[in-house]
Amino acid sequence: MSKLPDVLKRREAGILTEWLRELKQSAGLRGLPPNLEETCRAFLVQLAQASRNGNLTDIGKPEWNEMRHLLEELSVSRARQGDTPSETAGFVFSLKQPLFAAIRDEAKNIEEMAGETWMASRLLDSLGLYTTEVHQKGREDIIQRQQAEMMELSTPVVRLWEGILALPLIGTLDSERTQTVMESLLEKIVETGAAIAIIDITGVPTVDTLVAQHLLKTVAAARLMGADCIISGIRPQIAQTIVHLGVGLGDVITKASMADAFSLALKRSGYSLIRHQPENA
Amino acid sequence: MDIERSEVIRVTSSEDVVRIRQLVREWAIRSGFNLVEQTKIVTGASEIARNTVNHGGGGTLLVEAVNNGSRRGIRLTFEDKGPGIADLELAMKDGYSTGGGLGLGLGGAKRLSNEFEISSRPGEGTRVRMTRWK
Repeated sequence: MSKLPDVLKRREAGILTEWLRELKQSAGLRGLPPNLEETCRAFLVQLAQASRNGNLTDIGKPEWNEMRHLLEELSVSRARQGDTPSETAGFVFSLKQPLFAAIRDEAKNIEEMAGETWMASRLLDSLGLYTTEVHQKGREDIIQRQQAEMMELSTPVVRLWEGILALPLIGTLDSERTQTVMESLLEKIVETGAAIAIIDITGVPTVDTLVAQHLLKTVAAARLMGADCIISGIRPQIAQTIVHLGVGLGDVITKASMADAFSLALKRSGYSLIRHQPENA
Repeated sequence: MDIERSEVIRVTSSEDVVRIRQLVREWAIRSGFNLVEQTKIVTGASEIARNTVNHGGGGTLLVEAVNNGSRRGIRLTFEDKGPGIADLELAMKDGYSTGGGLGLGLGGAKRLSNEFEISSRPGEGTRVRMTRWK
C-alpha cells in the first residue's frame, strides 16, 4: 500500500508552497495564469482523494474520474490562453520536485523512498500525458467539424434560370465529396424539374482519370433523370491533360467558360438574348 | 544527371494523394515549369499515387529536381511492396482496369511524362519512375 495519501495529507501546505514557487520560477513572459493557487490546491486534493483507493497506476479507473475532469478543464482553459500542450503538461510535471522532497522526508528507509518516488513519478507522468491527450483531442474535434462544414459549403446547386441549374465545383473531388455533389445535383433536378445542369470545374485544380470518371457518372445519372449536362470551366491546361490521359468525354457538351455554357443553355431552352440600346446613347 | 534536391514522402491514404498533388505542384513551380506542364506533372503524379494506395497497399514517393546539364526536370519515383502486376503489357493497355476505374491511369501517366519506366514482380511490389523535362 502506497504512503502517498498520507504524505499528501501531512505535508499538503509545504508541497503547495514549494510547487507554487517552482511554477513562479518557470513562468514565462506571459506570467502566471489566473487562479493558479486554487488550481494547484484542487489538484492536490484530488490527488490525495483518488490515491487513497490504492490504485496509482491506472488513471482510467472511476476513482480518477474527478481528477481527469479537472485536467480536462485545465487543458481546455490553458489552450484557450494560448499555452502549448507541453506547457500544460509541464504544470503537472513541476509537482515532481516538491512531492519527491516530501516523500524523502517521510520515508523510513531508502527502499521505501525509492519505491514511493517511482510510483509517484509514474503517476504524475500519466496525469501529465493525459492533459496532452485532451489537447490533441480538442484539435481533432475542430478539424472534423471543419471538414464537415467544408463538405456542406462547397456543394451548392444554384438555380440560374427557369429550368437551368449550375453546380460550381471547388477543390478536391475525392470520392466522398463527389457522392455528396452528385446527390445534391440529382435532388435539385427533381425538385426544380430542370432540363439543363451546368457543372463548372473552374475551381477544380486537377482533373485526373478518377475525377473524369466521377464527372462522367454524374452526367450519366443526370441524363437518366431527364436533364442534360454541360461541363464548363475547362481551362487550356486541363484540356491538354485530358487529351493526354486519353479520357473520352463522349457526347458530353463542354464549354470553356460558365458564360458560354449559360448562353448555350438559354438558347437550348428557347430563350434569346436581345441587347437594347441604352436610352441616353 | 545531377539531382538538385530530393524528398521522400509516404503514400498510404487518399489524403496523401491530395498532399502529393500540392507538393508536386510546388516542386514543379520551383523548377520553373509553366502552368500546362505543371498540370501534366501533377495529374500524372495523381494517377500513380492513387494506384500506389489502391493497388499497391501504400508505398513511398521520391521527388527529385534533376538537371541533365542543359535541361531541368522533375523525376517522380513511386514504390510499393504490394502484390505487383502480373502482366505489365496488359496493365499499360488503355481501358484495362481491375479496380473499376477508367483504365487510363498508367497509360495516361506515361503520355503525360517524357520518360516512363515501370517494373514489377508479382508478390514483391511495383516501381514507377517518370520524368518530365522542361
